[in-house]
Amino acid sequence: MISGALLQAIAFYAFSAILIGSAFAVITARNPVHSVFFLILAFFNAAGLFVLLGAEFLAMILVIVYVGAVAVLFLFVVMMLDVDFAELKRGAQEYFLVGAGVGVVLLGELIAATYLWKFSPAASATLGAPTPTHISNTEAIGRILYTDYVYYFQIAGLVLLVAMIGAIVLTLRRRPGVRRQNIGQQNARTMADAMTVVDVKPGQGA
Amino acid sequence: MNLQADLLVLLPELMVAIGAMVLLVGGVMIGDTASRVVSWLAIVLLAGAAWIVFANTGTNTAFHGAFVVDGFARFTKLLILAGSAFCLLMANEFFALEERQRFELPILMLLATLGMMLMVSASSFIALYMGLELQSLALYVLAAFQRDNLRSTEAGLKYFVLGALSSGMLLYGISLIYGFTGTTEFHAIAVATAQPGADLAHNYGLIFGLVFLIAGLAFKVGAVPFHMWTPDVYEGSPTPVTAFFVTAAKVAAFALFIRAVIAPFPAVAHQWQQIIVIVSMLSVILGAVAAIGQTNIKRLLAYSSIGHVGYALLGLAAGTQAGIQGMLVYLAYYLVTNLGMFACIAAMRRDGESVEDIRDLAGLARTQPYFALALGALTFSLAGLPPLAGIFAKIYVFGAAMQAHLYIPAIINIVASVIGAFYYLRIIQIMYFDEPKRGFDHNIGGGTHALMWGTSAISIFFVVLPAPLIAIAGQAAHALFP
Repeated sequence: MISGALLQAIAFYAFSAILIGSAFAVITARNPVHSVFFLILAFFNAAGLFVLLGAEFLAMILVIVYVGAVAVLFLFVVMMLDVDFAELKRGAQEYFLVGAGVGVVLLGELIAATYLWKFSPAASATLGAPTPTHISNTEAIGRILYTDYVYYFQIAGLVLLVAMIGAIVLTLRRRPGVRRQNIGQQNARTMADAMTVVDVKPGQGA
Repeated sequence: MNLQADLLVLLPELMVAIGAMVLLVGGVMIGDTASRVVSWLAIVLLAGAAWIVFANTGTNTAFHGAFVVDGFARFTKLLILAGSAFCLLMANEFFALEERQRFELPILMLLATLGMMLMVSASSFIALYMGLELQSLALYVLAAFQRDNLRSTEAGLKYFVLGALSSGMLLYGISLIYGFTGTTEFHAIAVATAQPGADLAHNYGLIFGLVFLIAGLAFKVGAVPFHMWTPDVYEGSPTPVTAFFVTAAKVAAFALFIRAVIAPFPAVAHQWQQIIVIVSMLSVILGAVAAIGQTNIKRLLAYSSIGHVGYALLGLAAGTQAGIQGMLVYLAYYLVTNLGMFACIAAMRRDGESVEDIRDLAGLARTQPYFALALGALTFSLAGLPPLAGIFAKIYVFGAAMQAHLYIPAIINIVASVIGAFYYLRIIQIMYFDEPKRGFDHNIGGGTHALMWGTSAISIFFVVLPAPLIAIAGQAAHALFP
């Protein structure tokens, strides 16, 4: 009989291993479409880790937003644009040593920080939003998101507004000479505007 | 929670936010012909917000301590609002001459200003990040605003990619700090780090968090070694937008930097002071040396800004009330002088085209003596030569650093400033002693001219009456040290 804790540990290591493996595959895969698929796999495993932590809502959001929307958009872009990824990667190889050096230093720091981790003695008392025990994770977020955190929520809305304005400013072009269909004008045309009856005499029509 | 009271504290920000949205709807309905009207209404809106900020007193918090309005926030908000309004004035005339007026420009500048106001009032790390992103996202778009211009799009893209990277570092640092203290609120973090059992010197989690936080913030102010984006972005962006980056955005980033290290981490001051001392020294040295070879005046001013950032950070490194006071005086002086500098650059047009090479200024003293006089006064002020405004700002920061026993960094900063004076003097030399070229166009808008004269007059006559600004900055700095 496998205990709950062991099962959780197995799940944790499985999710983590696949997550790291697919993250590697994202940057090493030759075919960019495969990269995006590995990215999706990485997202799914990260969502699994969230579930293990008891954050079901975050897990679902990750799947719906990142996999459902962002990654699919990525896939479209990668398939539609003719980007020469081999050319892009040639530059990456040049900086491989420097990048690897920075990565190793960061990894060392992270390991040091984790091993020597201490919580502030006041941490449990100052905890901003302690997890309530009797309600679900989603409900707990819903209770504070639109009340205590309404300020942040509204600013997030403004950030999205700026993103929308920015996308329009940078991409919308009004080209001269493009003939767009104007439905109003089209429907308003009468027979008198659109047609003229020409009386062509026999033998003179060309 | 009393929502009504909270919203009253937020009144100037609400005004700017709702005003921007109303103007956006109006602009969409009327189209680009409305740009001029939208710009003027935006300036009126900023002036109204500044009036409300000015009329406020005392310290008020809102939204469970996420948002705070104190003397420090009011002082920096007034600087930001003034900087934004004058940049808008300049942008209105600049884009009219370029015949590329679009009504989205004032809207984006308003929203960026809103982000800056939220940044300087942020009293928790989430509020800080949200304000910062609102500001940055608008600034990325503004940098690429001349989308037909290769350098402008390059500036926008570079700023966006590197900005996203720095936001990542910032967030990583914040998450480590949150992991240690269990809270994102500045006041609660100060309490948690001041606990007797915290054992700070061996608490690597907190210190790593602090390092990443400072790296992210140093990027946003453009300090060495996180300065690489500044020259390209400042050179490539349209001139009024660069002015906006150098004035309002710089003040906001500094205010954010000051509050984010002073308010939550008084107990670990010696940890962050070391980092800031190093960053400050590297910035002044690089700013002084790298600017010497530049010929594009906007690029030159970008390196000059790196140097000035380093000098101002010396006040923060001191970590005292006097240091912050000196820094605020410095920021006010820097904002005014750079508004003038960029008004001069916006006025450098020949046959309807912008010119940006410093050799284009050759012999300006003979063709347009008053223009040369204004630019000369501003340049001298940036170089920190007495009796112009710059030297006062420098003295206050220097004095605070000496009081805090930062002798070597303070002296290095002075020496680097002297080296830096070389390239400022070169501009003067080109204007006054070189063979004259044709003069610049005279059809630059009245607002740009007024800015040139006004700011150069302030630079020259600041010596007469420096006391009020210094007193107000003192009160503002006091708000951070209760």
